[in-house]
Amino acid sequence: MIFFYAALLVGVAALLAVARLILGPSVPDRVVALDTLNTLVVAAMVLLGAAYSRTIYIDIAIVYALLSYIGTLVIARYLQGGLM
Amino acid sequence: MIEYVIYSFLTISIVFNFLGSIALHRFPDVYTRLHGATKCTTFGTIFAVLAVVVHALDMLHRTGNPKYLQMVFHSVVALIALLLTNPTGAHAIAKAAHLSGYLPKRAVVDAYLLKRKEGEKNEPCNS
Repeated sequence: MIFFYAALLVGVAALLAVARLILGPSVPDRVVALDTLNTLVVAAMVLLGAAYSRTIYIDIAIVYALLSYIGTLVIARYLQGGLM
Repeated sequence: MIEYVIYSFLTISIVFNFLGSIALHRFPDVYTRLHGATKCTTFGTIFAVLAVVVHALDMLHRTGNPKYLQMVFHSVVALIALLLTNPTGAHAIAKAAHLSGYLPKRAVVDAYLLKRKEGEKNEPCNS
């Protein structure tokens, strides 16, 4: 049960990151907020996997970490104006 | 007894994740926000995974269900993936922000900008 409340609190922290994602004055600010949000979602998924005793949630956290990394790299590459 | 270890790991994790999110709102520009958010959330996630590993090892010891051994290994793999990808992504964001023209606010010395200008003087590059 404690893991569920921990995941809930990590979700509140993710809401703060979403607020910066909406408010952020420049594009790199939003990318930083998105990167923080991805890390927090991975943490919340691992905690929820422990809360419900399902290993499949943790597998999804692994895949989400790798895919969000590729997304961050693509956005960074687009920002610096290089060849895609 | 082992519950208190899990509680303290979870408390450290939540406190550092919250500090990372608050850093997004309290710092003035992209680079300081990146610094605060990336470091704090990575540290907090390490402790979240540690709490899950301790919980799963405890349940494995109590019940003997091999599902919990699988949970330990998969959590550690998730942590390794995060530890490899998070600093690399932060580096890519910082370099992209600097190259796209967002300079640090209130900075006294910007050594990377000086280095880039020197590089443009010596050899004109098109990137």
